[in-house]
Amino acid sequence: MIALDQVTKTYPGDVKALKGISLRIKKGEFVFVVGQSGSGKTTLFKLLLKEMEPTSGTIYINNKNLGRLRRRRVPKLRRGIGVVFQDFRLLKDRNVYENIAFAQQVVGAPNRLIKKNVMAMLKLVGLPDKAKSYPNELSGGEQQRVALARALVNNPPLLLADEPTGNLDPKNSWEIMKLLEAINMRGTTVVVVTHNKEIVERMQKRVITMSEGEIISDERKGGYIYE
Amino acid sequence: MSSFLYGIKQGIKNVFRNRLFSLASIGTITACLFIFGIFYCMVMNFQHIFSEVETTVGVTVFFDEGVEEDQILDIKSQIEKRDEVDNVHYTSADEAWKEYKEKAFPDTDQNILTNLDNDNPLASSASLEVYLKDAAMQQDLVDYIKGIDGVRSVNASKSVADSFASFGRLLSYVSLAIIVILVGVAVFLISNTVMIGITVRHEEIAIMKYLGATDFFVRAPFLIEGMLIGLIGSLIPVCALKVLYEKVVTFMTTEFTSLSRFMTFLPSGEIFRVLIPISLIIGLGIGFIGSYVTLIKHIRV
Repeated sequence: MIALDQVTKTYPGDVKALKGISLRIKKGEFVFVVGQSGSGKTTLFKLLLKEMEPTSGTIYINNKNLGRLRRRRVPKLRRGIGVVFQDFRLLKDRNVYENIAFAQQVVGAPNRLIKKNVMAMLKLVGLPDKAKSYPNELSGGEQQRVALARALVNNPPLLLADEPTGNLDPKNSWEIMKLLEAINMRGTTVVVVTHNKEIVERMQKRVITMSEGEIISDERKGGYIYE
Repeated sequence: MSSFLYGIKQGIKNVFRNRLFSLASIGTITACLFIFGIFYCMVMNFQHIFSEVETTVGVTVFFDEGVEEDQILDIKSQIEKRDEVDNVHYTSADEAWKEYKEKAFPDTDQNILTNLDNDNPLASSASLEVYLKDAAMQQDLVDYIKGIDGVRSVNASKSVADSFASFGRLLSYVSLAIIVILVGVAVFLISNTVMIGITVRHEEIAIMKYLGATDFFVRAPFLIEGMLIGLIGSLIPVCALKVLYEKVVTFMTTEFTSLSRFMTFLPSGEIFRVLIPISLIIGLGIGFIGSYVTLIKHIRV
């Protein structure tokens, strides 16, 4: 699903964000990427979305070399990746239904399918009766569920979540994690970048730990080793 | 199809979200096309009057002594065959003398001069007056006639034709300069309007990109916004000008009846059949270019 070979990223001023990392993530895996601020997690996230280019090395997603991907093919790559952020990034002037439908409009889905798919997603994330609510009427946990529904409505094979529980209390955090696990069980590959030690320990999934632009550990059923 | 409709819907919304700037842009395009329209009406009517005058601008051909009437009539039919010639009028020496008598001695007893009739002082003043379809072709014709055997001289009045043409040209240059400046201002204003839209909606644009929107999908609403502003900005002046033109023409023809002998106006249908599509194309073009330039610079997936 994801393969990185000797990927480096150096920002102007010789700031080395990634120092030749290599890793493989198989289809259907659930992976945590943990590490201190500045460890290179966010850079990795951006490289996977082809928001920026690596300084050297190659990145493959679904056997496609991102370095050789033409600019006009980038939207297609991103349609295969669902993205969730710490700050939810919902459109505040649109209700829950419209926020999720927006993802379908972007990919040009026919109108008759949009309603069906959006309602199915709302059901999946446990908010079938919130379609008409606006983001400011929802709790943090509910907003993140909407963001998840939006990320998944186009049925992407890969889901990237950047600190999805960063703004949530422990109860809501755990519920979002269980939801991510359920999504993973349906076959979606899930990569979660997080600081949340308790959750990482409790989930017992593969944990990749990064520090200063390098992978310092990669454990199959790991815990949170960074202190 | 749904992306296309989305683009149109969002584009219309953008115009209203950005009300003040949209109004400023619409105002500038309106001013630009209003001035363009006024000059267009003036130039077209001027050309119309000019073309009427052209048919009264003629060339007079005189012949060498001893050239017989038959020969002159041969030359007349030769000239008539040319494309640029509208019609040719023959004035015989006798007619020339008669006209001269009436003109030069209107109050004198014509009988005093009758003695001269058999010894016509203007015996070699038979002439052809040639009227052209297009005054611009005058020089070619003069050159041609000068080359014919028996032709003594060719008198062409170029000054009228020249002054009409140069005034028309001046009018076109002035209008072109004003339009170029206003088009520049309009493009700049639309570009700013779209830029503000991009700034206000940067979060939405970022989300669109994450969701896999194409450049076209992200840009379409802004392009539609620019073109809509251009369209509204071109419809207003065209409608206003049509009403105004009809009122002015009615006013001029009823109030200044003496003018109507040498000044006729083009019917409004003839003017606006061309002016409406041109204005719409310019308006839409300004809108498209103003927004496209900004989008290319600021929105890339």
